[in-house]
Amino acid sequence: MSRLLEAYASVAGEDVIDHLSQLAAQYRGMKVVHVNSTRVGGGVAEILDKLVPLSRELGLDAQWEVITGDPVFYQCTKAMHNGLQGNPVNLEPHWLEAYEETNRHNAEQLRPILEEADVVFIHDPQPAALLGHFPKRRGKWVWRCHIDASRPYRPVWRYLRRHVSGYDASVFSLAGFAQALPHPEYLIPPSIDPLGDKNVDLAEDEIDAVRRRFELDPERPLVTQVSRFDRFKDPLGVIRAYQLAKRFVPGLQLVLAGGSADDDPEGEAVLDEVRAAAGDDADVHVLLLPPDAHRVINALQRASDLVIQKSTREGFGLTVTEAMWKGRPVIGGDTGGIRLQVVDFHTGFLVSTPEGAALRMRYLLNQPRLIREMGAKAHTFVRENFLLTRQLREYLTLGIGVLTGKGEWIELG
Amino acid sequence: MQNVTNMSASAGNTPAFAVKDCALIAISTGRRAHTLGEMCEHLQTVSIDSVYYHFWGGLIQARFDEREYNNDFASWVRHALHDAPLAERLAVLDPTDFADLEDLRRELLELMEQRLDESESLHWMRATRTFEFIRSQIVIFDTRHRIRSPEQLAEVIPQLSTGSVFYHFIDARRRVPDHLDDFREWLSVFGERYAGLRDQLAGVEPYFSSMTEIRERLTRALALAASGESP
Repeated sequence: MSRLLEAYASVAGEDVIDHLSQLAAQYRGMKVVHVNSTRVGGGVAEILDKLVPLSRELGLDAQWEVITGDPVFYQCTKAMHNGLQGNPVNLEPHWLEAYEETNRHNAEQLRPILEEADVVFIHDPQPAALLGHFPKRRGKWVWRCHIDASRPYRPVWRYLRRHVSGYDASVFSLAGFAQALPHPEYLIPPSIDPLGDKNVDLAEDEIDAVRRRFELDPERPLVTQVSRFDRFKDPLGVIRAYQLAKRFVPGLQLVLAGGSADDDPEGEAVLDEVRAAAGDDADVHVLLLPPDAHRVINALQRASDLVIQKSTREGFGLTVTEAMWKGRPVIGGDTGGIRLQVVDFHTGFLVSTPEGAALRMRYLLNQPRLIREMGAKAHTFVRENFLLTRQLREYLTLGIGVLTGKGEWIELG
Repeated sequence: MQNVTNMSASAGNTPAFAVKDCALIAISTGRRAHTLGEMCEHLQTVSIDSVYYHFWGGLIQARFDEREYNNDFASWVRHALHDAPLAERLAVLDPTDFADLEDLRRELLELMEQRLDESESLHWMRATRTFEFIRSQIVIFDTRHRIRSPEQLAEVIPQLSTGSVFYHFIDARRRVPDHLDDFREWLSVFGERYAGLRDQLAGVEPYFSSMTEIRERLTRALALAASGESP
């Protein structure tokens, strides 16, 4: 077994790697290609960066290709992304021209690879229009939508649907995110990479160093929320909850850690409001971190007694999964994928108000044994359900499904 | 009748046990229920694979909630419609009591319609969470591993993938006569010699645990049978 497989086996279990090897063996002689629009940055690139090498280690002929475009193309696809999430955006005609031309151009570049591939996964809207340029494709093409498209802005979805209807199948993260399409719509929840900087085990020294850097007292309880400074993440509600809880837990410390808001005027306004709400309370730490501060975020989550994700609207909520992987119970907003991951009294608590969040902080911080038990359960839950190995298993299963036909029970020789 | 699909020729007189594995993938049906009435309407016509998925599929799928109920219908009725009587009636349904999934579907509908007759409010009450009807595709493959004798089970079962455990211990109940699991079916070929072991395996509850936990329980059951102790 290679070192990479051994590393995953040590976290997920050898039986999981054996199972993946057996599934991968069904692809002998076949080529699988993933296509997205960026090699670095963003959740999709992060997943492919691990998924494709792991697939190769398992003996799969897997490849990852990236399309490129000009700023107008990215302006268009960013608007599409926002539109799929429900924001009313107007797709300018010249943006759509750039979108289609970029896809046409990239189709020519990728033709030798994609025309011959047996299974092609096209990730998100950016390369979705490639399909139309491959009338002679020999493989099965699958559109993977990583976005919460449960309530899309209809004009944007109408346009995209033209491009994605012709695929052999599509993939959504949750049943609630799926839109009606004339082909099978598979469901594959996202996953976390247990070996990536965001989630890998850290030495206690490294966690201590982060505590010192941000002047966090290891002797006092700490609650952390990791997310952009965005109204839907309700950072002001988190501060209010902290203030309510602190009357009963005087030593309480709060960290609100998020990425830079430079390119987001509203984000900057929210950050100002957060700082104003924090006032001169030295126990509220508002941390603006660079996008690659994965190990710092990892350490902050591990340094915390509880993690909070008090969103009022959320897609899947991978930050919840990440906290649970670190054995931390989560106090989460009763919305989106959070309500699916956080189970009251088992892996954390769902709350609807700052008052509810404060109550659960007090409840848990007064019962360290319960924090440990719920944290252990949360960790097991993620190990069994939300690691990268599970996502790969489902991609491999899906590929066999689309290659072999429509049967519900597919028995291979 | 024997489950020939899991038995292959052995060097001796008894058939070897062919270890298979499977992987399940969920597929959206696009059907959603917000009330008990909508649930009944969809349940009448939804693909029978969806009934399978909501009873069995969740055991091998990434899932979020506690396995408090043995099927998703009961769980939804309890936690989204907040109707304890119907949830309790649905929760005692054991698919192995029915000849096939169509019979099970009919019983589900019967219980739901009966409850609608009993409770006026359930006609208009909207669930706090939508029920998403999901179906599944299961890919089954032969691992090429063979178990030659029952004594080998004790060393093989702890090493099985959760997919193999699901296929042989859960999915088997759909395929095997008398709704047995594949292990007990195979052991029955040896007559009464392994009756104690079959009893131990019969005592492993299939509904409320993850596949990892079921594998551990099967391992314990095998150890107990080997030591001759009671469960």
